Amino acid sequence: MTARRVIPGPFVSAALATTAFLAACTTLSVLAPIEPLSRSSFDPAMVAKGAQLAAIGNCNVCHTAASGKPYAGGRPLKTPFGTIYGTNITPDPDTGIGRWSESAFLRAMREGIDREGRHLYPAFPYDHFTKVTGEDIKALYAFVMTRDPVRAETPPNELSFPFNIRSLIGAWKVLYFKRGVFRPDAAQSAEWNRGAYLVQGLGHCGACHTPRNFLGAEKKRSDQAGGEAEGWHGPALDAASPAPVPWTAEQLYQYLRTGLDDLHAIAAGPMEPVVRNLAAVPEQYVRAIATYVATLAGQPTAVRKKKAEDALLQARDEGAAYPRIERANQNTAGSDRGLQNGAAVYAGACADCHDQGRHASSGGALHLALGTAMTIPTSANLIRITLEGIQPPDSEPGRWMPGYADALTDEQVKDLVTFIRAHFGREPPWPDVADELRKARQVKP
Amino acid sequence: MITLNVNGKRRQVDVDPETPLLYVLRDHLELNGAKFGCGLGQCGACTVMADGEAILSCVVPVSVLQGRRIKTLEGLGTIESPGPLQHAFIEEQAAQCGFCIPGMIMRAQALLEKNPSPSQSEIRQALQTNLCRCGTHMRVLRAVERAARTMKAADAARRGSGR
Amino acid sequence: MNEPGISRRSFLACSGALVVSFSLWPELAAAQEARKAPALPGSLKSTPMLDSWIRIDAKGDITVFTGKVELGQGVKTALVQVAAEELVVEPRRIELVTADTSRTPNEGYTAGSQSMQDSGTAILNAAAQVRVILVGLASKRLDVPVDRLTVQQGAVRADDGRTITYGELVAGQALHVPAQPQSPLRNPGTRTVMGQSMPRVDIPAKLTGNPIYVQDLRLPGMVHARVVRPPSYGARLRTLDTSKVEKMPGVLKIVRDGDYLAVLAEREYQAVTAMRALAKGATWEEQSTLPAQAGLYAFIQRLPSQDTVILGSQTSPGFGAGAIEATFRRPYQMHGSIGPSCAVGLARDETVTVWTHSQGVYPLRNAIAEMLRVTKERVRCIHMEGSGCYGHNAADDAGADAALIAVAFPGRPVRVQFMREQEHTWEPFGSAMVSSARARLDGNGKIAAWQYEVWSGPHSTRPGTAGNLAPARHLQAPFEPPVPKPIPQPTGGGDRNAIPYYRIENARAVHHFLMSAPLRVSALRALGAYHNVFAIESFMDELALAARIDPVAFRLRHLGDARAHDVIRTAAERFGWLAWRKQRGRGRGIAFARYKNLAAYAAIACEVEVERETGRVRMVRAVAAVDSGEAVNPDGIRNQVEGGIIQSMSWTLYESVTFNDIRITSADWGSYPILRFSNLPDSVEVHVINRPGQPFLGTGEAAQGPAAAAIANAVADATGARIRELPLTARRVKKAIGV
Repeated sequence: MTARRVIPGPFVSAALATTAFLAACTTLSVLAPIEPLSRSSFDPAMVAKGAQLAAIGNCNVCHTAASGKPYAGGRPLKTPFGTIYGTNITPDPDTGIGRWSESAFLRAMREGIDREGRHLYPAFPYDHFTKVTGEDIKALYAFVMTRDPVRAETPPNELSFPFNIRSLIGAWKVLYFKRGVFRPDAAQSAEWNRGAYLVQGLGHCGACHTPRNFLGAEKKRSDQAGGEAEGWHGPALDAASPAPVPWTAEQLYQYLRTGLDDLHAIAAGPMEPVVRNLAAVPEQYVRAIATYVATLAGQPTAVRKKKAEDALLQARDEGAAYPRIERANQNTAGSDRGLQNGAAVYAGACADCHDQGRHASSGGALHLALGTAMTIPTSANLIRITLEGIQPPDSEPGRWMPGYADALTDEQVKDLVTFIRAHFGREPPWPDVADELRKARQVKP
Repeated sequence: MITLNVNGKRRQVDVDPETPLLYVLRDHLELNGAKFGCGLGQCGACTVMADGEAILSCVVPVSVLQGRRIKTLEGLGTIESPGPLQHAFIEEQAAQCGFCIPGMIMRAQALLEKNPSPSQSEIRQALQTNLCRCGTHMRVLRAVERAARTMKAADAARRGSGR
Repeated sequence: MNEPGISRRSFLACSGALVVSFSLWPELAAAQEARKAPALPGSLKSTPMLDSWIRIDAKGDITVFTGKVELGQGVKTALVQVAAEELVVEPRRIELVTADTSRTPNEGYTAGSQSMQDSGTAILNAAAQVRVILVGLASKRLDVPVDRLTVQQGAVRADDGRTITYGELVAGQALHVPAQPQSPLRNPGTRTVMGQSMPRVDIPAKLTGNPIYVQDLRLPGMVHARVVRPPSYGARLRTLDTSKVEKMPGVLKIVRDGDYLAVLAEREYQAVTAMRALAKGATWEEQSTLPAQAGLYAFIQRLPSQDTVILGSQTSPGFGAGAIEATFRRPYQMHGSIGPSCAVGLARDETVTVWTHSQGVYPLRNAIAEMLRVTKERVRCIHMEGSGCYGHNAADDAGADAALIAVAFPGRPVRVQFMREQEHTWEPFGSAMVSSARARLDGNGKIAAWQYEVWSGPHSTRPGTAGNLAPARHLQAPFEPPVPKPIPQPTGGGDRNAIPYYRIENARAVHHFLMSAPLRVSALRALGAYHNVFAIESFMDELALAARIDPVAFRLRHLGDARAHDVIRTAAERFGWLAWRKQRGRGRGIAFARYKNLAAYAAIACEVEVERETGRVRMVRAVAAVDSGEAVNPDGIRNQVEGGIIQSMSWTLYESVTFNDIRITSADWGSYPILRFSNLPDSVEVHVINRPGQPFLGTGEAAQGPAAAAIANAVADATGARIRELPLTARRVKKAIGV
């Protein structure tokens, strides 16, 4: 999401002012604090179930700081409105939610209101969690309340005016928040419905894969049409899917389960922890998610099918011809200096691993004709991957790509990604390369 | 013809521009410091510096390095006159087989040039790219800390004497 | 340069078959004579002539020869110290020459932590005897009785002040005499060089870019080669199209011999790109030769085995009810040398010279000669350092490649360098192992009956024969690997340290030597001791827990050796064992072993932290106590033990070779992760108990087993969950501790 200046027009301003007033007038009840519960008061089966659901919900990602204890909060989430910090949801009685009853927890998940009756910022995606069933919330509660309590004050949010006025969230909710548990679609299979429930609810995939409006709400009519998270683009999962080769349910399952599908992608950026969490979740849940997501894109059009054929052909053919430089040159458009420079950078720094068949490396890297980062509307993902590389989580096996942040100058990165977009993405040039590069350079490793 | 600036000297090499720097350093310029450990950018044994940044010379082609100031282990000092990091590693006996150490030294050099007073945690973070199989890590950390102290003291002395 | 091998051709021709006895010095007969007398110390047994070890020239420069090699373990420095001490010279006056089949004694392999015991002892005694000879010569020259002479700084001094240097004394064949069984060793209480932490002689050059490693060797006219290995063990070459490769810039020759493929080019990167093109032009027929990784341990226990009772009787001790049992497992693990193997070969003037980082240049020379179908005299192997090998890695294979390719391209030195993936997938691994332990406690907290059985593949498939060289197996006329044999006790292979050092009544141990191994295996640092000590020391903790006795106390009550007590007590004390208080998520563990039950003693105590949510284990601190007998270089010992602890930690927490039914799939550091800086402990302390005058005890491998067990014990202490399968990955630990 770009940090645009938000200046609503007069009609919307009036509507907002009214709803804000109305919302602010509503007092929300305080739910009584409870004595912290002992671990033994929870059924281990519920706790285990809650663990799986928490993995699907990726609670640990937003609620754990970079070098902090699990679930103890403190992780900054940058939004166009400022920075919000994930809260401490360990059962610490003073700085965590140790004094929250199950009803308080349920209300927070379903309605976005904390125990003391304050609105929660929708950075906590209760617009998704509202769909979660009572049974599942009960299990999540059992899980959360049996974590190790950690004494850690959540840092105060750093939001600009007027977004730092919490009660105005009431107005936002009136406009954009629809409460209600997930309702299955009788026309669909049980597996599809389970997948839909998980994706729309706990998975909150739309939070990153759906575009948002100027007030940060997901555009309901553009569900899964492409979104943004922490500088990375969440590709469209619907009919606008930019994947060169359309995803099958089986491929999605492989990707979600292992972080890798040979014809599409390796999990990078914000998807890395998602995939790590899903690895610990029972197989049938991940299959259900894959089944559901696979249907979102619908049947591929003839145009899309042709693109897929071309991409697969390119991936197969590239590995055949030698030597590299000539081949790269003969495929670049015209005599554009930048593209030729980019081709040269690609040939020297990338081709060894990325042109399959050249190099019997450890399974080879993704052929770029097949990668989604090349075909999405923004250069953000490709730039970040180029600069940071991709490494498996600490001490776990996985594919390894070194980062080129220090090896390439800005000019060289620009030429490289421009070449890759043209040669492998086969799409018009990105307009945002300089901008995204500047943002990506600011990310601390 | 590729022209490179290596350890302050202008070197011309007749190589395919796609050639990774590592091979040019070792095969053409006969500089032994940077080592072939994996050729995949995973182990750091090939680490050298370009314009003050630590880079993995096994995955960076010489074509992108023209005009940049490349520094290798040989540019830090000699056996007769070792640089502060080399000296610190010798003092701490921070080597077993020693194969990974030049890469460690280069990465530490890049760190100290940017951050003369790194914390232990910052040093560990910086060296994350570099593998050591012999288990010399603890000594490496001590050597880097030692060098940081020495370099700071030398710097203070220089400034103090008005030079 | 003395080339006795060639002049011995007729002698060897008479002696018949290639015998695995590598003594080629002209004085073989004298050596055999000497052997009939009381045994000579250390490697003097097989190389008794003093000037095989020590030479002094007219300038007084001293050259010491050793059949051992520097692996990064500091042996060069330690041997220099030993020689300097007994010769009474400053260490910098000594040049040490390491294994070279044309110049040095044959001391087999630098392995098994034998170097100080074999070579150190030989040099210690040889130097002492040389000193005495020099003093004798001085006595004659100065006409002064021996008891009025002192030795210092490379010269002999009479009490009237006259001095005469070693250089002036030495003439002709003065040192060309056989060693005596007894040596007038200097008083260990007056050590000036041994026992000092003398800085390593090899480190400064390595840290300033001097060409020390075989990877740095550049000879005039040298060309570069790369091999194309088959993609899996059972793969056969089906088709080969070299048309593109031949046209590539700098390509000099493509070598093909059966399934053996290699390419030569003028410049190194040209060889790399040519190799890739050659690999692309080859198609292979692969077969399923590997078991499923999932059922590996069950598979291993079903393989045909040679079963030996190594302790106790043929029948099992009685256990009755109340026996405690446990089964332990260890996967295939890698040497993982940071520098992939490399060698330089030169075929010229009827001789093939190979510069190699092999641990055993003499056995390698024999294997290469066999592979090339020439006599041994025609091959020379010279050791140059590689990166740490930690056992039998691919160094010998690279040496064989260099020889093969050099013979195909004679006259110019050929440098062969393995790629990372080749080292990862073709190196011989540390064997997967399974063991089961069973014991019964009496009513007084002592072990009343004990049985330990271990199943393991071979732990040595070192060349000595060509069939153990990977390249030789792919030739048109291939060499088959010999049937592996177990290494006998007391050293052992898979059964190394399978006999507990503890005093246990009714103890029995059985070694099931698996005669085949689905994956290529050989010696990895500590051999079977890594797993056996992990298993036995974990089991001791389980017994201590059942007996409700502190783990330190439980061990001490089963040990009679005072030196074992000392290391355990020292480690425990320095760790703060008694005062330690448990915090949430933390645990402590201790382990002890005497390597091979006859080498160094090591006890390690450690504290770990286990992250409940992820199961991730981090060692917080380790405290070790080591007794290596007389410590020649205490800092060298500390370096090796620290390194062993950290390396063992990596094996124990992360490492497992992965494979499918056809190929090894852990082909790079991404797929075979090892420890990185982020996971280091806060501190590692090593306390060296020095015993001057006591025999040297090999230490390089002493920490591997105890470190693993200390960590496993600490994890069990932290979580209450006992995990018996290595590695203790986060996933495995998380599964054990649950939600």
